[in-house]
Parts: sequence; structure tokens; C-alpha cells
Amino acid sequence: MTNLDLTKPTAELAAQGTPLLEVDDLRVEFRTRSGVVNAVNGISYSLGAGETLAILGESGSGKSVSAQAIMGILETPPAVISGGGIWFQGRNVLEMSAEDQRTIRGPGISMIFQDALSSLNPVYSVGFQIGEMFRAHRGLSKKAARAKAVELMDRVRIPAAARRVDDYPHQFSGGMRQRVMIAMAIALDPRILIADEPTTALDVTVQAQVMDLLKDLQQETGMGLILITHDLGVVNEVADNVAVMYAGEIVERGTVDDVFGRPSHPYTEGLMSSVPQVEAKGGRLRPIAGQPPNLARIPSGCPFHPRCARRRLGAEAAPGRDCATDVPPLRLVVPGREAACHYSEEVLGVRAP
Amino acid sequence: MTDQQQLDLRKDAVEAGTTTGLASPSVDVTKERQNSLWSDAWGDLRRNPFFWIGAVLGLAFLLMALVPQVFARGADPRSCDLGNSRALPSAQHWFGFDTQGCDYLANVVYGARNSLIIGVIAVLVILLLGVVVGALAGYYGGLTDGILARIADIFYALPLILGALVLLRVGPSTDIPVINSRGPGAVAIALALFGWMTAMRLVRSQVIAVKGSDYVAAARAMGASSRRILVRHILPNAVAPVLVYATITIGVIIAAEATLTYLGVGLQRPAISWGLQIEAGQDSIRTAPHLVLFPSLILTMTVMAFVMMGDALRDALDPRQRA
Amino acid sequence: MGRYVARRLLLTIPVLLGASFLIFAMVYALPGDPIRALGGDRPISPAVVAELRERFHLNDPLYVQYWEYLKGLFSGDLGTDFRGRPVLDTIERTLPVTIKLALVAIVFEAVIGLVAGVLAGIRRNSFFDNLVLVSTTLVVSIPILVLAFFAQLLFGLKLGWFPIAGTNEGLYSYLLPGLVLASGSLAYVARLTRTSLAENLRADYVRTARAKGLPNRTVIVRHTLRNSLIPVVTYIGADIGTLLGGAIVTETVFNLPGIGREVFNSIRSQEGAVVVGIVTLMVFFFIFFNLVVDVLYAVLDPRIRYD
Repeated sequence: MTNLDLTKPTAELAAQGTPLLEVDDLRVEFRTRSGVVNAVNGISYSLGAGETLAILGESGSGKSVSAQAIMGILETPPAVISGGGIWFQGRNVLEMSAEDQRTIRGPGISMIFQDALSSLNPVYSVGFQIGEMFRAHRGLSKKAARAKAVELMDRVRIPAAARRVDDYPHQFSGGMRQRVMIAMAIALDPRILIADEPTTALDVTVQAQVMDLLKDLQQETGMGLILITHDLGVVNEVADNVAVMYAGEIVERGTVDDVFGRPSHPYTEGLMSSVPQVEAKGGRLRPIAGQPPNLARIPSGCPFHPRCARRRLGAEAAPGRDCATDVPPLRLVVPGREAACHYSEEVLGVRAP
Repeated sequence: MTDQQQLDLRKDAVEAGTTTGLASPSVDVTKERQNSLWSDAWGDLRRNPFFWIGAVLGLAFLLMALVPQVFARGADPRSCDLGNSRALPSAQHWFGFDTQGCDYLANVVYGARNSLIIGVIAVLVILLLGVVVGALAGYYGGLTDGILARIADIFYALPLILGALVLLRVGPSTDIPVINSRGPGAVAIALALFGWMTAMRLVRSQVIAVKGSDYVAAARAMGASSRRILVRHILPNAVAPVLVYATITIGVIIAAEATLTYLGVGLQRPAISWGLQIEAGQDSIRTAPHLVLFPSLILTMTVMAFVMMGDALRDALDPRQRA
Repeated sequence: MGRYVARRLLLTIPVLLGASFLIFAMVYALPGDPIRALGGDRPISPAVVAELRERFHLNDPLYVQYWEYLKGLFSGDLGTDFRGRPVLDTIERTLPVTIKLALVAIVFEAVIGLVAGVLAGIRRNSFFDNLVLVSTTLVVSIPILVLAFFAQLLFGLKLGWFPIAGTNEGLYSYLLPGLVLASGSLAYVARLTRTSLAENLRADYVRTARAKGLPNRTVIVRHTLRNSLIPVVTYIGADIGTLLGGAIVTETVFNLPGIGREVFNSIRSQEGAVVVGIVTLMVFFFIFFNLVVDVLYAVLDPRIRYD
């Protein structure tokens, strides 16, 4: 068994000041027949109680893979965690036995997925699937677990929970199904909830309801929330901090207001100008040129340089800062802001130190 | 989709061994997509040892059927010497001799031709019936579909061997051409007549699935005619599963032919057929087991060739199987 | 559900009638003289021929003959063979043999097929998985006729473990023919289970089950096996009807006095009434078990809503 204390309320822990989760230089690769795909290339971050971290990126940027690595649900093989560490409440998850890892999933870290219809088992009632959490981790009886399921369904505001507890996933609407997923994920009051594109498959009005629900639940329980998304609007609404991922790396990190207000990485900058904004009606949208990189052949130097409007190559570049050959490290640009670009100061419009 | 149609779809998938869903009908089969499907499939096939074993066995069978004299080592299947009756295999006569004292290798080798003829004719007729009836039923739906699907159900309910057995038994006393011939044509037609339904349902289910897709709606919105939609957009989707099915079915038909001939209603002497050889050999199975062994072995290897090629094709053409 | 079953039952009537008419038409409508065949080498007097033709409605048009047959069928009379024995008696005598054979075959098919398929599917690409893949390819490729001979030769003659023909040793006599009859379906069940399981292991809801921290056994048994077995169970159910057809060859080779051998002998001797009677029965079984499977499917998979 783990000697992790998963019974104390999360809020109490928050007072002690240790982060709930620390990810350090995490690397994940997929070893396939056609070669090695580098999905996550050394990302680090930490998450405290009550904090919301948004991980923003296109599909294929490694954001979901890193989350699944933290959960310990990567399919291995083909996936291999090739380096780094994941500390949950001060203990390295990667060094734990499989059984210890399992006991963290649910009460420690919990996850909801994008497509609730395919992520729920079609042949069991939703009540059964929510109740399973209590049966597997708390040893509750079938009947007691069902009663708990009704409570949870009430808590995530599913109307007529007592009547619907024995219905099957396909009998619910998309938004209600996502609520079922959320009920299942928060069943054991997890320290951390990872939401992987929780609203992408939903209608806009339903999206807002689901996000509000997540926000409220977080305030009630003080859990840490990792929100994986490509939706800038969602990030803006709920997150405290944001990490922007590109080609398996974090390219910019800071508070949401800072990063969105004044990007310091050309990729973030590109993202900002490629979404329509109500205030800037009439202006043209500028999509980022080119294609996301092939993770089996990540470009040399800065992985973003083939698509970058601000790149400097050869003679144009400052010494040791050629975008095509020198890898930019993630560095502090201004207090509270990190970016992996040789020319972040230019992007920000401040003088280099 | 009605519940009946849904049910049929599920059953077809199970019957045809395509539960993993072949070409996904929700994507358009434009030329490029088709090309990449087939080139990916070929890349997959090349790495599959089962495919190569099947292909080599299949090629050997084909050559045996086309140029048997090459494999018979110079022996004539019909020049016999009773003095050699049931002689066991030897260095000169690899398969020994049969009861009439004919070289058995030559006889077994010459048996391939009838199997090939019957397998190919039957499968061609099955495809013709299957594609035409299936496309009509799936495309027009409604009453047409209801009637055609029920007719297929009727044939489904009769086991293949049983239906062909009855037809071939009464065939010779009728004046229906081909059916009354007692030849390979009669056997092929009888087997096709009781074996076309799976092909029909495969095509039908593909047509129903594709018909409801967005790109067919788009083609219709742009004013494409029914026939054009059917031929250009819908049928190409059915090619992959039908090809898999047809390959395996050649093997199934060859086995069924041998069985019918063994049961006495298929090919008749003096035709040369593996079924006849097994039937003649069974009486001396204790003293001359090679008379049953060799035709059985070659028959099994032939069926295996088509099963292996079909399996490999299915794995290759199913994008979901690819990791 | 009730309405669904009722509608399915109604739909089976035309299929049952159609199939029996098809076989009836083939047996009776095509020229050829069963009366003469009955006499063999001995000449039969024209008066007797005329009388027999009258008795068996052989002079009436086909649809009249079929109508007469149906009338008999609904009053429980399947007619008599040319020697005057009621067809129903023949069926009563032979059916138990085939039922025993089919039951033995289903047990083999379900037990061996499922176990092999599950083990192969869970450990994909392992040695055992490849073994299952190779051996099922082999078994599927061996025609039942050939398999029957070699089973007789090896287990009956060489090893002497099983009787090679007849039913003298009770249920034990059914083991070898049962295994032969089951072989093809057995291989198919193993493969279906394997693919279905491997496919389900990649399903999103299995990932969810892992994310929930369920023990590995629960993830496999409750969230993967349960879903994977739906197509397998329905296949096995539908296969009961198919096995009856396969019994023709098995029973003939192993000399088991079941309906398969009986129908084959009757086809050879053109005993029309027996052929039509037994084939109609086989069709009925086939349709019945398919109906059972459809209902079973709805029970196993709540996504199927029939009403």
C-alpha cells in the first residue's frame, strides 16, 4: 500500500504549501514499427491545491499523452516513459508498484475524457459505473454504491437522478453524459482532476454549463484542476495559469492574463491572432502558416522555426541563437513568465536583459 | 435504418467475418483515398507470412490446373496397369497407384482443373448475383429491399450442401440446360444458387451505410444521377469486403464440390476429381491409406491457400486493424 | 420487446414457407419418376403406378400438391414415404441422435473456442496467440469430409480411443463426430473472440476503467470480456441451426442414424416426403435459433432498442 494520505481534505494540504503534483522533465515516446515518435519531450510543471492549470495546444502537441502518463494509463507498449519524474504529494509515481499506482487513480488523481459516449461502457447503467468507484476503492456493497451514485448525480445536477440512475449512457444527452463522467471522476474527492478536452464534443451553451460545474466543484473541494484544451475561450474563462505546448514541449508558461494579454512566444502570438475576437470585428484572421510537425521527425533547433514569422537564420541570427540549429531553452523572460524562444523579448516588445 | 436492417448488418458482419468493419463507409472513396487504401494494404500484405504461404500454395494450385502434365512427372492419369493396383508410393511414383493401377500423382494433379473451374465459375456467379441484388436492395430500400432481403433469408435458411445436394440429385432428370449435365457447370451453378446471399448482404449493407453518408448527399445535391452515385460512389466502397469474401469463398466452394462429389451427386466418373478419389479410396483406408491421404492433402492445401490469402487481405484492408 | 418478438415471428412465416416451398418444388416439380425408382428392376403394373400417383397427388399441379402438403403439416401430418411409413415417425426416430450430436458440438465450440480466443486476445502476439492463429487457419481450411476421415483413421483405427462409427457406446460415440462437426465453428469462435477482445481492449471505456483505478481483473473481465462476448454468444446461438446442416456429412461418414444421414439417404432414393419433412424441420430450427439470438442480443446489449 502507499503511505500517501488520501483521506485528509485537500484544503488542509493546501495550507502546508507542498504542491500536489510536480512533473519534472517528463519524456514519452512511442516505439512503432515505422520508427520512434517523440510525443512528449521534457515538460515540467507543478500544480497546487485549488489551482487550475490549462494546457493549451493543437492535437498532436503531446498534451493528452502527458496527461495519460500522469494517470498511468498509457498503453505500454507502444508508449514508453523514457525519462523524468511525476511526483504526487511528494512521491515519485513512476517508481511505485503497479498496484500502488492503481490506488492513486480515483481518490488521488482522476480524469475525464473528451467523448463521454465512447468513454462510458455501453452495457452498464451509469449508476453502476459511478458506483464502481466506491466498490473498487472503498469496498461498498452494490446497494450502498448505487445510493452514492444517486447522490453524485444530484451533485453534478443531473435532473431526476434517482430515476435515471439505472439508465444506460446512450439514453443521455451529450451534456448529461459528460456530467456522468464528471460524477464518476469526483466520486472519491480526488486531489487532482484532469479534464481532457471536456467540452470539445458539446454544444456551446452546454459547454458553458459543464465548465461552470467544474469550476463550482473545484471551489467546493479545493482540488487541483488540469484542463487540457485547444479552446482559448475555455482557458480564458476558468484557468489561473496556462502552459502552451508545441511538438511535445512547453513553449510558454505564465498566468492566463499575462500570456493571453501579451504573448512572448511567436506560436502563442499566432494562436491569439488566429481566433476571432468580438472586439476586433472587421479585422482579418491570420492562421499560422504550415502544418504541425511530424513527431517522428521534429525540426532541428526551435521546433516551431519552419512556421515562425519571426525566425532568424544564419547571418541574421544572433550568435548561438540561430532558430534552425540552436534549441531555445524554456527560460524566464520577465518575472512570472517563461518562454522557449531566442527572441521572446522582441515578441513582448521589451528590451533584452 | 430500420431495426431489421440494423440486425442484418450485424449478422452480415459476423457471417462474413468482418466484425472489425472493413473500409469505413463514412469517408469518401475518392481516387486518392482508394489508392492509399490499396497501397497501404499492399505494404501490409508484403509483411504478412500467411499471405505469402497462401499465395505460393495458390500459385501451385493454379499451375496444377493449367499445366498438369508438368507436375505429373510424365505419367498419364488414364494409362493404367492393374498389376500396379494400390501399390504404395515409391521413388518413381511419389503418390503410388490407385485401385485400377493408374499413377496416383497424375490423377491427383489432374483433379485440380475441375476444382478450379468450379470454384471460379461459382464465385463469379455469386458475385454477379450478390452485387446486382445487393445494390438494388440497398439502394432502393423500402419494399424492393424487403422482398429481396426476404428471398435471401429463404436461401439462407437452407444449408449450402443440402440445397445443392437436392438440386444436383434431381438435376439430371430435368431438361434445364447445364443443371442436367452432371458436369462442372452443374455443380458450380448449384453451389452458386445456394451461396450468393452473404455477398448480396455485404453489398447491401455497404450500400445502405454509404447511402446515408454526407458525401453521397453532397453528390446528390450537385445533381448526380442515381446510377452515377451507385457506380461512382457507393460500389467502390463495397469492393474491399467483397474481394475478401470472394477469395475465401473460392476455397469454400472447392471444399463443397469435393463433398458433393464424394456424396455421389457432383462430378461422375470418368471425370477426375478429388471427391471421387476420396470416395474410391475410403474402402481401402486400412490397406492403402495413401489413396485417401493424397487427394485430401492437396484439397486441404488448396482450400488453405484461399483462406490464408483472404484472411491476409482482410487484415490488410481493415484500417482499424493497423496499429 | 414483446411487440418486437411478435413482429419477428410474423416475419419468419414467409421465410419458413418460402424455404419449404423451394425444397418442395425442387423435389416434386422436376420431372423424374419416383414411383418407377421405387420398383427398381422389378416392373410395376400400370394400375399400381396410377394408384400410387393418385395417392401422392403426383398428377396435380405443383401448387395444389404444396397446398395439400401444408394442410397436412398443420394437422401434424408430414405424409408418408413410399413404403407407407409416416415421415413423423422417421423424424422421431432420428432427431434425438442429431440433437445429441449438435449438443456435443456446441459444448466443444463454446468451451474450446472461447478459452482459446480469450487467451489469445489478452496476450496478443504471444506464442499462444500465434498458435491459435495458425491452428485455426489450418482447421478452417480442412474440409469436414477430410477431417472426419482423418479423425477416424487416427483416433479410431490407429489409437483406438474412440469408436469409428455408430452409436453403440452411448454419449461416448458422439465425442469424435461432435468434435469434427464443431471444428469449423470452433475455430471461428476462437478467432471472433480474439479479434473482438483485442478490439475492445483498445476501446475508450476500457481506458476509462483503468483511469478509475479498477483492479486489472475487473478491467479485463467486467469491462472488456463482457462487451467482447456479445458477438460471440450471438454467433454460437445462430450456429446451432447451421450445425444441423453440417450434420449431413458428419453423420454419413460416422454412420450415425440422425436426420442428416436420413435426409441424405432420402435424397438419394428420392423419398420426397422425407426430404421435405426433414428440411422443413431444419429450416424451422435455423429460424428459431436466429430469433432466439436476436432477442438475446437485445438482452446483452442495452443499446439495441427494438420498440
